[in-house]
Amino acid sequence: MAEPATATQAAAPAVALLKDELDIVIPTIRNLDFLEMWRPFFQPYHLIIVQDGDPSKTIKVPEGFDYELYNRNDINRILGPKASCISFKDSACRCFGYMVSKKKYIFTIDDDCFVAKDPSGKAINALEQHIKNLLSPSTPFFFNTLYDPYREGADFVRGYPFSLREGVPTAVSHGLWLNIPDYDAPTQLVKPLERNTRYVDAVLTIPKGTLFPMCGMNLAFNRQLIGQAMYFGLMGDGQPIGRYDDMWAGWCTKVICDHLGLGVKTGLPYIYHSKASNPFVNLRKEYKGIYWQEEIIPFFQQAALPKDCTTVQKCYIELAKQVKEKLSKVDPYFDKLADAMVTWIEAWDELNPTGAAVPNGKAK
Amino acid sequence: MSLAIKDDEIDIVIGAIHSDLTSFMNEWRPMYSRFHIIIVKDPYLKEELKIPEGFNLDVYEKNDIDRVVGSSTLGLFSGYACRYFGYLVSRKKYIISVDDDCLPAQDPKGFLVDAVAQHITNLTTPATPFFFNTLYDPFTEGADFVRGYPFSLRSGVKCAFSCGLWLNLADHDAPTQALKARQRNSRYVDAVMTVPAGSLIPISGINIAFDREVVGPALVPALKLAGEGKFRWETMEDIWSGLCVKVACDHLGLGVKTGLPYVLRIDRGDPIASLKKEWEGVKLMEEVVPFFQSIRLSREATTVADCVVEVANAAKERLGSTDPLFARAAKAMLDWVNLWKSVGSI
Repeated sequence: MAEPATATQAAAPAVALLKDELDIVIPTIRNLDFLEMWRPFFQPYHLIIVQDGDPSKTIKVPEGFDYELYNRNDINRILGPKASCISFKDSACRCFGYMVSKKKYIFTIDDDCFVAKDPSGKAINALEQHIKNLLSPSTPFFFNTLYDPYREGADFVRGYPFSLREGVPTAVSHGLWLNIPDYDAPTQLVKPLERNTRYVDAVLTIPKGTLFPMCGMNLAFNRQLIGQAMYFGLMGDGQPIGRYDDMWAGWCTKVICDHLGLGVKTGLPYIYHSKASNPFVNLRKEYKGIYWQEEIIPFFQQAALPKDCTTVQKCYIELAKQVKEKLSKVDPYFDKLADAMVTWIEAWDELNPTGAAVPNGKAK
Repeated sequence: MSLAIKDDEIDIVIGAIHSDLTSFMNEWRPMYSRFHIIIVKDPYLKEELKIPEGFNLDVYEKNDIDRVVGSSTLGLFSGYACRYFGYLVSRKKYIISVDDDCLPAQDPKGFLVDAVAQHITNLTTPATPFFFNTLYDPFTEGADFVRGYPFSLRSGVKCAFSCGLWLNLADHDAPTQALKARQRNSRYVDAVMTVPAGSLIPISGINIAFDREVVGPALVPALKLAGEGKFRWETMEDIWSGLCVKVACDHLGLGVKTGLPYVLRIDRGDPIASLKKEWEGVKLMEEVVPFFQSIRLSREATTVADCVVEVANAAKERLGSTDPLFARAAKAMLDWVNLWKSVGSI
């Protein structure tokens, strides 16, 4: 049975890697009590709290954390009319945090995710593992059967071409969850008691050309390399769909990473996911997505970006164009979404004026 | 969800490059004793084979190979490649094949891993090559497809090939093992996953299982290095045939899985000595991988044998002039397909 680590078990690392280069973005509607458990690992870092829901409510942040907090009023004030691209009443609003950050790296985590234990009982410093994943290369062009070759105790296997062993820069590190797995509503309804107790001790690069379902619960990325692709779409209040925010961002991100020669890793670290959301509520949110996905996936699988799209912005604007062209016929929602994708880029550029000219794959 | 396969549909094929198989067979006895076993002796091994009692097996030696394929083709089955003869003469649907220097591994709880059972599970549950499942094999107990996985892709496709892994001596190439002389693989990764379509993988022949009827023709000892020897550091034939398998499976919509089961690979050999021989293979991969990445098979290739023929012709055309090794490999592939048609049961 998976259990979370207790607060006293989590020991702070001797060195907080990248503490001035990484922001932790947390969307919340309730409270941030969970931070208490993460304190030894998170305290050295700056937090960006994106408060969803009622802006008149005060969210209490535990003492000792360095943070900035934005509620809906702040988002509206900062973005003006462009605030329309940021979802309301859905954790998709977290992407506002990515936009407003000034750091090179982002780690985002849900407020119902606690510290997990590895099989030896040790508390897992998820942030440290994400950083290791992001700071070591990815290998998307040829599959290594021993998984991440840059991990201690591993390496490339026989037959792996030497010319591919330098790898490419890692743009995304996708972590996993023990206890409540990230299932869709139908699966939750059929298997309400299933818990993920399997600790798979691997990090691996998702091969080029392969799509995956990116979960935003435990995710880190190089904001400089891929930030503009991490738009979590139009979800929640007034939208016909929910629980596809991270999925949408993940498909856009993967297509762009494949195009620009950047890597996406998945696997460790695990966090302990404590709260099972209501499957009936989820079903209503996901319902249209389940059908639309059957059109969306082939769209992304076949999406081709022209050679002159050499920056993330250009790629993203081009994708938005293709979404409008090819997915509007599925539902008018995609027309709105395509427009929102463009608004997102405009808003990003406005808040990050020097970011507009970052060339592909070159981290500063 | 899973196909039911009977014990009598399986052959365990062992290529004997060591003469004394006593401890090997005895260690594997709990897992092997139910099944029919084919042992193929390396035709160039001089000593008599020592095999313990109590197994249901057939042993093939040099004169058997001679008789079936003719003495001119004998060289194809030297060293590690002798096992391919076993694939050829087997009459079963599924093959499980493990190197004779591998023993059952222990999982983190201390239990012996039944590699045979795990391979069978891998082959009898669907593969999911068109979309990556972040919880790995969705058909294993305690796991499922994650949110965002398209429903239309959840029935998966037939898994034609299962690649297992190795604890202790991992399958690194000679330069890597020479550099990290003391490194041993102690990480037990508790996962099976489908290798995505379009993604190539270096399939190590050390611990594999496959549907012989479907992919047999692609398992061909074609790429023989000039200095090929009796250590895995000195071979590339499995890597080449594995790439053929993957390309064919991708084309035909079949799946290839990797991960569990682990076997324990015994320390032997000297990577530095092997380096002198295998450097050739290491260089060749620089040509081999781009070649396989760029292959496009035609719509007319509807069986694995068809795919192998097309790959062989493309290899002759595009790589033949780079190194005569490739031209020989191409010929070996075509010969193999013919051999398969006449001796194998397609």
